[in-house]
Amino acid sequence: MSVTVYVPGDSSALAVGAGRVARAIAAQAESRGLPVELVRNGSRGAYWLEPLVEVATPAGRIAYGPVREADVSSLFDAGFLDGGDHALALGATDDIPWFANQERLCFRRVGLIDPLDLDAYAAHGGWAGLDAALGMTGADIVKAVTDSGLRGRGGAAFPTGIKWNTVLGAQADRKYIVCNADEGDSGTFSDRMIFEGDPYLLVEGMAIAGIAVGATMGYVYLRSEYPHAFRLFREAIERATAAGILGADVRGSGRTFDLEVRLGAGAYICGEETSLLESLEGKRGQVRFKPPLPALKGLFGKPTVINNVISFASVPDILARGAAWYRDYGVGRSRGTLPIQLGGNLKRGGLVEKAFGVTLRELLYDWGGGSASGRPIRAVQVGGPLGAYLPESQFDTPLDYEAFAALSAMLGHGGIVAFDDSVDMLEQARFAMAFCAIESCGKCTPCRIGSTRGVEVVDRIRASLDREKNLALLRSLSDTMLNGSLCALGGLTPYPVLSALNHFPEDFAPRVAGASASEAARA
Amino acid sequence: MSLAVPRSAPDAPPPPLSDDARRVVADALERLAELPGALLPILHAIQDGLGHVPPAAVPLIAEALNLSRAEVHGVISFYHHFRTVAPGRHVLRLCRAEACQAMGARALEARLLERTGVDFHGTTADGALTIEPVYCLGNCACAPSLMLDDEVHGRVDADALDALLDEVRR
Ligand SMILES: Cc1cc2nc3c(=O)[nH]c(=O)nc-3n(C[C@H](O)[C@H](O)[C@H](O)COP(=O)(O)O)c2cc1C
Ligand code: SF4
Ligand code: FES
Repeated sequence: MSVTVYVPGDSSALAVGAGRVARAIAAQAESRGLPVELVRNGSRGAYWLEPLVEVATPAGRIAYGPVREADVSSLFDAGFLDGGDHALALGATDDIPWFANQERLCFRRVGLIDPLDLDAYAAHGGWAGLDAALGMTGADIVKAVTDSGLRGRGGAAFPTGIKWNTVLGAQADRKYIVCNADEGDSGTFSDRMIFEGDPYLLVEGMAIAGIAVGATMGYVYLRSEYPHAFRLFREAIERATAAGILGADVRGSGRTFDLEVRLGAGAYICGEETSLLESLEGKRGQVRFKPPLPALKGLFGKPTVINNVISFASVPDILARGAAWYRDYGVGRSRGTLPIQLGGNLKRGGLVEKAFGVTLRELLYDWGGGSASGRPIRAVQVGGPLGAYLPESQFDTPLDYEAFAALSAMLGHGGIVAFDDSVDMLEQARFAMAFCAIESCGKCTPCRIGSTRGVEVVDRIRASLDREKNLALLRSLSDTMLNGSLCALGGLTPYPVLSALNHFPEDFAPRVAGASASEAARA
Repeated sequence: MSLAVPRSAPDAPPPPLSDDARRVVADALERLAELPGALLPILHAIQDGLGHVPPAAVPLIAEALNLSRAEVHGVISFYHHFRTVAPGRHVLRLCRAEACQAMGARALEARLLERTGVDFHGTTADGALTIEPVYCLGNCACAPSLMLDDEVHGRVDADALDALLDEVRR
């Protein structure tokens, strides 16, 4: 009998050598005459352990990692196909505390199965939500989503059910479901992991949305930086269509739902929903004025549900297990779980799914293991390039939309990027302005001109030219952008800038020639 | 920022398409022009086939989609992904975003530009490599990151970068 060995085909695992490890395992198995069935699963999200190799044994899945190509021969020597001991052995995967202490709802299948295997998807609870939805009225589906307390995971945290209800109530000959998979925020990769680890979950979530509001066509707008996810998802759509899950007779219900995936083209602003719709229509990705809401006049002028990948991916279980089950997780008005992405300077980076309420400190130290460099963590940016930088004194903040808003910060798409004490916060503030200048859609002046001016002002502060005057100018510029921008690119860029200035003023102080800001501050 | 790419005078007509390029463009238009919102899929298909979207393709695209040339040009220039000049044999996109910054991306960038002698969007004199910036590859837990052609590389230190550069320029 052949032994099943799992080596992730996820692009981050491949980026650290999973492809070479898989080939080495196949070659060794062949030359040793040992029958091995290689499964290219998604990543479990413990990227610090990637490439993470698992072996299916009678006692469950046993993990080894991080495995390099050069380790493979010794793994065979150690009898890893029977779960044998080895310096890289981690024991039963499910017992590794990093996994055991998570609450994986959305991500429960990711890393477990071959992402394109329809049988495995069904065997692990797939389609239960869609089947439940097919037996319900649109209004009841929308009510379940509303009652679950699910808020959009793309950044703005708008209640998903309320948005769906607007589209349900709109009268039109066509309606659309659009998935925002632009995932532009630095520090985020949860959408990518769904595409590469459990793509049918997104298919199922979008189909439920279509059934709920009466839309028969869905588009996924996926960033062009994810070619691997694109290929996988196109294949997933083809297989789901061939299996009668998508198409003219969704799971034998007589209902229609089709899906198409389109690539973005490297514009951060196309993650903003109206810019994304323009882009899908084949135009420049310029932000639209609201109203009208996309829910009423969206893609091609038709009522459109537009949600983030994780929002859609959270829906199937809500339908299968009930709104109350989901609502029981979380705190305050932040219900359910958040797939949190730990990135940057952390020892144990990766995806941690937890109910809202877990603190930043727990994530940074209990999961993240502190900085990768071994130096103190000095600043943490949460919520992508438009998110605030938080200092140590704010690490006890619970992950909760309102708690972050109270700090002039945001959770966004759940990305957490840690910096050690070598970071120069003036440089980070400058980058925030520079990024805004590069990515501005150009529609409004505070963003388009303000960001370029912002870069110049930060440069003058660094050069100690009229420091006090330029610091005041930076604040007033930020104020203008905050209040005068049409969308959150210009409107939130001041968050990282002002938080850097407010929490790390020493980095904006005059510098000893040649010294970095933090050295200068300590000198 | 200086751009190490050849530029033609603003009003000079673009160089004509080769027969191969003409076929790629015609094929993209034939397969995709009927799609709703067809322009981005068409531009992707052309760039995938030719490595760039040649300016001489613009009138053909405009005609097929019933758009003005200015509109097509406006779309191409809006998106960072599309290039109008042929790249080198390989394209290296270095991540410049925050999670990679936290793991030394700024130093890596300096090394890359110094070792290749070109600025972002430039192509090395031997035609081996074009360098572009990118803002996050979704590899933030294994930073710093770069993408060489279609493949992401993570935990890239100076040695790993040098090895990749040697490989593509061999
Ligand atoms: C500059 C900017 C970039 C954004 N990028 C993304 C993105 O990459 N992915 C995403 O889902 N939402 C993004 N959003 C939020 C969307 O505008 C919108 O709120 C979201 O797609 C709604 O889906 P949700 O309710 O499921 O979160 C961005 C917003 C702005 C202003
Ligand atoms: S704030 Fe910036 S990105 Fe947003 S609409 Fe205005 S110019 Fe465009
Ligand atoms: S910030 Fe570089 S890969 Fe995400």
